[in-house]
Amino acid sequence: MNFRFDLLMDYAPFFLKGTLYTIGFSLAGILIGTIFGLLIGLGKLSPYKIVRLPLDWYVTFFRGTPFFVQILLIYFGVVPLILGDSNAIFAGVLGLSLNAAAYIAEIFRAGIQSIEKGQMEASRSLGMNYYESMRYVILPQAVKRMIPPLGNEFIVLIKESSILAIIAAPELMYWGRAMQGQYYRVWEPYLAVALIYLVLTLTVSTVLNYIERRWATE
Amino acid sequence: MIKVQNLKKSFGALEVLKDINVEIKQQEVVCVIGPSGSGKSTFLRCLNLLESITDGKVYIKGIDITDKKTDINQLRTDVGMVFQQFNLFPHKTVLENIMLSPMKVRKWNKQKAADKAHELLAKVGLSEKAGVYPGSLSGGQKQRVAIARALAMEPEIMLFDEPTSALDPEMVGEVLEVMKQLAKEGMTMIVVTHEMGFAREVGDRVIFMDEGFVVEEDEPKKLFEAPSHERTKAFLSKIL
Repeated sequence: MNFRFDLLMDYAPFFLKGTLYTIGFSLAGILIGTIFGLLIGLGKLSPYKIVRLPLDWYVTFFRGTPFFVQILLIYFGVVPLILGDSNAIFAGVLGLSLNAAAYIAEIFRAGIQSIEKGQMEASRSLGMNYYESMRYVILPQAVKRMIPPLGNEFIVLIKESSILAIIAAPELMYWGRAMQGQYYRVWEPYLAVALIYLVLTLTVSTVLNYIERRWATE
Repeated sequence: MIKVQNLKKSFGALEVLKDINVEIKQQEVVCVIGPSGSGKSTFLRCLNLLESITDGKVYIKGIDITDKKTDINQLRTDVGMVFQQFNLFPHKTVLENIMLSPMKVRKWNKQKAADKAHELLAKVGLSEKAGVYPGSLSGGQKQRVAIARALAMEPEIMLFDEPTSALDPEMVGEVLEVMKQLAKEGMTMIVVTHEMGFAREVGDRVIFMDEGFVVEEDEPKKLFEAPSHERTKAFLSKIL
C-alpha cells in the first residue's frame, strides 16, 4: 500500500471548504437547537397536558428514529413543501437543529429540575413572577449544570453532520466520498476525513474542559 | 391584618389542614407550635399561596387571596418569608441576593437597592459579608442574610418557617436575636418554631396545632403554664 499524499494535496482545498461547512452546520445546529430546546424544555415542564403532550411526541420521534431517516424526510419531504424546491444547506441546518433541539430539551428539563424546589419558592415569595424567577434564579444555576451535556451534544452534532453527505451538502464527509469516487482510493480520503473530525471534536472537548474547570473554581 | 376562615388543605386524599380559623392583628407576634405533621408549615405556606388553598378564605389586609383576580405577586411583596433551609441564591453574592427582588419587582435603581441592602446587612450584623457568596457563610449567617433579603421588599408581614431548625445549636441565638429586634420594631410576625423560649419571651400569642386543627391558642404564659387541652399538655410535657 502506498499512501498518495500528492492526491491529498490536490484535494486539500475541498477538505478545507468541507471542514468550514461542517463547522458551520454544527454551530448553526447547536445554536438554533439550543433556542428551540430551551422553549421545548420549558414547555415540557408546563402544568398543561395539552402543551406537554405534542412536545413529548416531538422529543420521542427525534430521539427514537435515526438521523439518517430524519434528514431524508426533511430533504425530500419537508423542505420542498416549504420552499417548493429542495436545498441541501437549508435542509441540513433544519435537520440538525430539530434533532439537536430534542436532545437539548431534555438537557434543559433535567437541568431545571435539578435545582432545589426551595430556590423557586424563595424567589416567588419575594414577589418575582414565574418568568422572572426562571430568568434570574433558576436558569443561571441550571445552565452551569447543563454545560457538560451541552458540550457532549455539540460533539455528537459534529459527527452526525457527516450524514448530510447523503443529501450532497458540501461538508467534509461529502468531499471524502467525492475523492474516493474520483480516484478509487480508500485510505487517503477517509483517514484524512477521520483525522479532521478528530481534531474538531478534541478542540471542542478541550475548550469545554477549560470552561468547566474555570466555573468549578468560582 | 390577617384573617383565616375555615381554611382547608388537602394533598390528594390526605387532608392536612381540616378547619383553621385564625385572626392576626397588626404588630402581633404569633408563634405556631405543634408536633411534626400537624400542618403548621402548610398553614404558613398557605398564607402566601406557596400552597394552593383547597377550601376556605384567607384575607390579608382585607384582600381575599383565594380570589382568582387577586395579583398574587403583588401580595407576596407585602408578605416576607424565611425558610428553614435558607434558600439563598448560591450564584449571587450576599448583596446581590438582597438587591435582586427590589430591583426586578419594585423597579428600584441599583444605587437605591444597594443602599437598602447595606442598611439591612448592618442591621443583621453582616456588613462585612456583602461581597461573598452564600456558600462561604455559616448557617446562622445564611439565615440572617435570608431575613435581610425578605426585609428588603419592605413587607408588612413576615412569615418564619422553622427558621432555626436547620441550625447548629450555637447559631440559634444570633438568628433569634434578629427576630426579637424585628418584633420590637413592630413587625407583624407569624413564626412556626420549636423554640419555646422564644415563643414565651417574644410571642404575643401561641397557637398549638395538631392533626390539622388549631387545638388551642392563648397568651404564651397561660398556654405554657396552664394548657386547657389534653393534647397540648401531652405535647408540652414531651418537649419542655
